[in-house]
Amino acid sequence: MSTIKLTVNGKAVSAEVEDRTLLVHLLRETLNLTGTHVGCDTSQCGTCVVHIDGKAVKSCTVLAGQAAGSNVTTIEGISKGDELHPMQAAFRDNHGLQCGYCTPGMIMSSIDIVNRYGGKLDEETVRHELEGNICRCTGYHNIVKSVLDAAGRMKVAQAAE
Amino acid sequence: MGVEGIGASVVRKEDRRFITGRGRYVDDIKIVGLTHAHFVRSPHAHAKIKSIDIAAAKGMPGVVGVLTGQQIVDDKVGNLICGWAITSKDGTGMKMGAWPAMAPEIVRFAGQAVAVVIAETKNQARDAAEAVVVDYEELPVASDIRAAIKPGAPQLHPEAAGNVIYDWTIGEEAATDAAFKAAANVVSLDITNNRLVPNAMEPRAAIAEYNDAEEHFTLYTTSQNPHVARLVLSAFYNIAQEHKLRVVAPDVGGGFGSKIFIYPEEMVALWASKKVNRPVKWTGDRSEAFLTDAHGRDHLTKAEMAFDKDNKVTALRVKTYANLGAYMSLFSSSVPTYLYATLLSGQYNIPNIFAEVISVYTNTTPVDAYRGAGRPEASFVVERLMETAARQLKVDPAELRRKNFITTFPHQTPVIMAYDVGDFGASLDSAMKAIDYAGFPARKAKAKAEGKLRGIGISCYIEACGIAPSKAVGSLGAGVGLWESAEVRVNPVGTIEILTGSHSHGQGHETTFAQLVAGRLGIPISQVSIVHGDTDKVQFGMGTYGSRSAAVGMSAIFKAMEKVEAKAKKIAAHQLEASEADIVIENGEFKVTGTDKSIALPMVALAAYTAHNLPDGMEPGLKEGAFYDPTNFTFPAGAYICEIEVDSGTGKTSFVNFVAADDFGTLINPMIVEGQVHGGLAQGIGQALLEGAVYDSSGQLMTASFMDYTMPRADDLPSFKLSHTTTECPGNPLGVKGCGEAGAIGASAAVINAITDAIGNNKLEMPASPDRVWHAIHG
Repeated sequence: MSTIKLTVNGKAVSAEVEDRTLLVHLLRETLNLTGTHVGCDTSQCGTCVVHIDGKAVKSCTVLAGQAAGSNVTTIEGISKGDELHPMQAAFRDNHGLQCGYCTPGMIMSSIDIVNRYGGKLDEETVRHELEGNICRCTGYHNIVKSVLDAAGRMKVAQAAE
Repeated sequence: MGVEGIGASVVRKEDRRFITGRGRYVDDIKIVGLTHAHFVRSPHAHAKIKSIDIAAAKGMPGVVGVLTGQQIVDDKVGNLICGWAITSKDGTGMKMGAWPAMAPEIVRFAGQAVAVVIAETKNQARDAAEAVVVDYEELPVASDIRAAIKPGAPQLHPEAAGNVIYDWTIGEEAATDAAFKAAANVVSLDITNNRLVPNAMEPRAAIAEYNDAEEHFTLYTTSQNPHVARLVLSAFYNIAQEHKLRVVAPDVGGGFGSKIFIYPEEMVALWASKKVNRPVKWTGDRSEAFLTDAHGRDHLTKAEMAFDKDNKVTALRVKTYANLGAYMSLFSSSVPTYLYATLLSGQYNIPNIFAEVISVYTNTTPVDAYRGAGRPEASFVVERLMETAARQLKVDPAELRRKNFITTFPHQTPVIMAYDVGDFGASLDSAMKAIDYAGFPARKAKAKAEGKLRGIGISCYIEACGIAPSKAVGSLGAGVGLWESAEVRVNPVGTIEILTGSHSHGQGHETTFAQLVAGRLGIPISQVSIVHGDTDKVQFGMGTYGSRSAAVGMSAIFKAMEKVEAKAKKIAAHQLEASEADIVIENGEFKVTGTDKSIALPMVALAAYTAHNLPDGMEPGLKEGAFYDPTNFTFPAGAYICEIEVDSGTGKTSFVNFVAADDFGTLINPMIVEGQVHGGLAQGIGQALLEGAVYDSSGQLMTASFMDYTMPRADDLPSFKLSHTTTECPGNPLGVKGCGEAGAIGASAAVINAITDAIGNNKLEMPASPDRVWHAIHG
């Protein structure tokens, strides 16, 4: 057992976990942040994507101990109170989700994609960049639409800040 | 019907919780005292269990209990059942082998559970499961249809000689044979419909809690139909009495058929929760999902189509072997029979059809309904034959289809179905226009000049949805009725709760069902809540599959609404001192036509509950229920056209364009309907290009992870161009047909027709991987 200290969604957290504990299990089981999901056991599906120090990471591929000292953001941590993150709003407005299971990971990956590409996103790039996230419901059509829509909204939001 | 009523693309009410991480799936639920289950599974596809040594596992840290297959048999827990009886052509019943929830003596597929460990933590259960020592004696394996039906094949079940479960026929054999004899041309094809793994993104899970004081069980589970689960668990598996069992299916992360069935794991969790007298949670991992979720498809078919000299189809003859895996899953028997062969007429006027279906056992995971369930296989047979015929007869594939379309309705096919309405020409026109069919030869020539092989493929599908008229399916062997129930509760303040037996696991019922109610009353959808997925709240229901929720589930709501409105109008008339016949409902108010007199819905509701001033003899309250049993199936149909380009150097297929023109009848929420089509198309394209479950000859699943089984990813798929034509369904009050499965039913034939057109070789199996396409080009 080890004590892990990290920041999750802006709050300092300390937890005692088995050394083999994955970050996703620390989030879900110890911290009760169940918005981050587990959809596979081979790091393929991306339902567990969170941000570590601002970058999208599959939290099933990181030991909790490796995240010690870092700043972790989960799907629960991206809206400002009642105000949705532009990516969340874009997924809702473009029907970018159905069963909702892959959605948190999709949103966290997509925010990172937009952050990396800024205004230079096109459909082909979004499709390529989403290779680490599997959705079985939407056929990706409306997810791609959501990400492109959000890219515009995030640009506007950044300009406003 | 107002801005949020039927026909409006309103954004979904349920989305906020999913996009903020507040969805509540089974694995998200915690209960005080929870223990965790991990199953010990057979590594062999066929073996005799010589012994199981659980002593070491029992002594491991945190272990609460270790339970084996023999114990579940000793406790008289029932074997898993198949709920649809199929009769063979010789009049005998289907040959169902016993399927205990954990194997006591013989394992028949790799991954079958033989024991379960219950421990304080998930890791402790997993560690202790590794300490269970099972001594197996391996038996010979039949890992596919061909291996199972050859003489001397290993026998899976003593009940099923030659591994044949049934040999079933439909249609007129003699008349069909005669039509073939008289035919001017005959087209034939050998078709493999590849085996698929459903892979809903949320793995299956169950939490079972037993209260010994009340002798009451609660089961949270990933189910598309919690009431059917409760019925089966109580009536057939003897684990709990129906009134002492609550089944809850909370947010469920996709189903696609695979969560219809009641699986061994939730049975064991329920049974074990009483054995150890602690709540038990089991959450499958993806590897377990690959090995134990019911797979889909897996047919070997020989199909022939006969034409007269005018290129009119005169007959269709089909012989199909269907692989049902090692055991008969809940609805497995119906999928390759009544959900498949009854759709073999496609969109065409075919006077003679005869089909024979032989279902067999193999040492593989059980096979059952997966999105489309039988109808994709039927559509693939018919549409591959049509395309092949056009090439053989040297006529345009669109024109050959058009020549043979059914154009008058109702139309009775030779294989049970009576199509009620449709306009197949309209959807084909719409799709051809969307893809610029006329301009294709020029595009093909241009691509050729650039060294690319370009092809176009059509698929005109029809399916039977709105499952199903209870009397009809009962006469065909179904063990259940397929009606739906609804209850409308108007609260004293005028807000409304709709209780439905349908279950949403991505379909958006919380929005679309509310749209129906909101539209009828002229109130915002925010005033309407949908309650589903809990047997303590909703009295009964048949769940969601077979694209039935709109056609059957919403029709039940419609009926209940009519009753509520009738009573509310009586109250309003009484309050307004007007004639009931003069009351109309508009914008949330009950108005007396031709006057300015009105009373708002909340006041009517309040009057119903205060009961101070109701018409004489009227009961207080405003709540009505209804059961709706459809009179016929519904028949969504459409035309899909796909244009692709193949790189002859690599064999890789890329999409140029994919258009879909569907006739779903009335659209409740076009945005949600289109989302359903996108997802279905992705699964159909996945089957055509990417997906395939592969077993080796020893019965090991070689494609048992997302590393090995190719799920469609964003860059495998194009953006889709959708359009709709509409013939309203006359069989239900809403005119809806269902849209959940169409994409998966129609897409794969369009893709394979396009690739074979491009490469000039019709011999191509699914999935048409670059490797297979390259070999089809280069030999």
